[in-house]
Amino acid sequence: MSAGIELDDVCCDFGSFRAVDHVNVSIQPGEFFSFLGPSGCGKTTILRMISGFTDPSAGMIRIGGKDMKGQRPNQRPTALIFQNLALFPLMPIWENIAFGLEVRGVAKAERRAKAEELLRLVDLPDAADKMVSQLSGGQKQRVAIARALAVEPSVMLLDEPLSALDLKLRQHMRAELRAIQKRTGVTFIYITHDQGEALAMSDRVGVMSQGRLQQVANPRDIYNNPTNGFVASFVGENNIFTGTVGSEAAGFARFETPHGAFRARANVQGGRDLKLYVRPEHTLISAVPGLENSLPVTVTDVAFEGNFISVHAVSQSGATLLAELRNDGSVAIPAPGDALHMSFAAENASILPDGLVRGE
Amino acid sequence: MSELLRRYGPTLTGAFVLLTAFWLLMLVILPNVTLFEASFRPYLPVTEVGGPKDFYSFGNYMKFFANSTDTDIFGFNLPVPIHVKIFFGTIYFSTLVTFITFVIAYPLAFYLAKVVTPKSLPTLFLLLFVPMWVSEVLRSFAWWLILAYKGPLNAVLQGVGILDAPVRWISGYRAIIIGLVYTYVLFMVFPIYNAIQSLDTNQIEAAQDLGSPWWRTHWRVILPHAKPGIASGSVIVFMLAAGSLLVPALLGSPTSLWFTQTIQQWMLEAQDWNTGAAYAFLFLILCTCFVSLVMWLFKVQLTDIAK
Repeated sequence: MSAGIELDDVCCDFGSFRAVDHVNVSIQPGEFFSFLGPSGCGKTTILRMISGFTDPSAGMIRIGGKDMKGQRPNQRPTALIFQNLALFPLMPIWENIAFGLEVRGVAKAERRAKAEELLRLVDLPDAADKMVSQLSGGQKQRVAIARALAVEPSVMLLDEPLSALDLKLRQHMRAELRAIQKRTGVTFIYITHDQGEALAMSDRVGVMSQGRLQQVANPRDIYNNPTNGFVASFVGENNIFTGTVGSEAAGFARFETPHGAFRARANVQGGRDLKLYVRPEHTLISAVPGLENSLPVTVTDVAFEGNFISVHAVSQSGATLLAELRNDGSVAIPAPGDALHMSFAAENASILPDGLVRGE
Repeated sequence: MSELLRRYGPTLTGAFVLLTAFWLLMLVILPNVTLFEASFRPYLPVTEVGGPKDFYSFGNYMKFFANSTDTDIFGFNLPVPIHVKIFFGTIYFSTLVTFITFVIAYPLAFYLAKVVTPKSLPTLFLLLFVPMWVSEVLRSFAWWLILAYKGPLNAVLQGVGILDAPVRWISGYRAIIIGLVYTYVLFMVFPIYNAIQSLDTNQIEAAQDLGSPWWRTHWRVILPHAKPGIASGSVIVFMLAAGSLLVPALLGSPTSLWFTQTIQQWMLEAQDWNTGAAYAFLFLILCTCFVSLVMWLFKVQLTDIAK
């Protein structure tokens, strides 16, 4: 029922603009795969190429091992959930859901039964005869999912479907989508610019920028072991230091910066611009210099965020830095103007090259 | 109103209101009321106007049902008043014209709204508008020339071998239909264009994505959305076609009579403005009834059209 998808060196040009640049990825049957990236990174173009609305300029797309070249959207085993859902406002809910079956010549009574079954699946049992305008945002969302599931697609494509919902509903729908995916076993390809969504729902995430696929990995590796600076800074916050790499040994390297020499994880071949990235939650604040990788700072601002406290500070050479302290009483909360030291463990800091750029 | 006063001051506001009132009263209401009143009075020599013979009656309206001729209706030979026959002919052929303009306009409107790139749209609009810069009289004469027995259309069709012998295009209602379709097709294109343009392209793609072939996408998604535009285009084209005088006069044949020509005959040839007025009002009322009936059949609300 579910099918894998292979993108084999896929490019897509709009005039002289290369929207998707040599993307290679293999998505497993039944996998929940997210394309994560800022707007304009090419992720929606990838989705439109998989669903058949846009033709790749080069490369091959295979669904279930079959080359999709020349297959129109209505011939592909995919179902797309649009960002604005694109429900048909002039049809009642059940006809919306059963539209794909109507196309396939299924009898009316059977269509109605199937629509009601799907409405129960998405937890909207009484909505069959309502109109689209009578539903709330979250309910419309569910109808769109039911409509896509009705045609029993091998691959479900979702184009930021949660972006129009409020925060609470969005978190609820995340869990719901994940549950529906597990229940049906359909391959989900999810497009989003929201890192939280991508990390929370996906089996694997492909981070995109400038039409290039920057990294494909499971959510933990994306966050903990980013392979380049773009992935590190797009997913989560970072303190970034510029400098030059020194001697390297056992996976760690010296990194010379204007703030002094640091030691951090490194697994890089020379050539590209290298920077040192360390997460705010791994940045420690103390009255005396830390054990390693320590630098004196002056606190500029302290923001109470609830479960953590953000401490903004500026180093002696003028770099702004951020540390996040857990709100568990284990550390004294600094005040603006305090002269303190920031430090981080070498295992928590990475020396990474910049992200891949278009056409490189 | 107070907003108008605040923005333009009392002098200008007064001028606006007076001009609008003048237009409405003197140019719309008064002539119509005069004609309406006249339609109930007999046509009399000037000396007898206001005399004992000048009284209100439905006499002028009843002339509509006079002078029956035998007409073949579904195999029955029935006497039908000649003017009633012309009226139904006008309604029938106006409906046909409306239908043909829809068949031409819908694909064109869809193409303009959803297929062409925004860059070439102004050029295409210009191409559509250019013929409208020429007066209706000239355009109708042009068609008269094109459709003539020894005209270019017959020559071309014979030249490419579609026709063996020339066709007499200007006979019966044929040329009137062609002329009316040509004259009023844009009044159908633009309402439908507006309606389709307001349709979210994602809806069309969603239908395709769910496996819908193009014709079902049109039938289930695009046509229902365009219905108000189709309705307003149809009402406009029907009313213009039924009320057209020029095209039937120029492209008509001795066997074709348009109801407006009958009104014109009463007004100008018979000099009987009273009966002409009665016919004009009768025509207005019956056309309105017909349009309302069709709108009711197609479940179109008046407010949909006004959109």
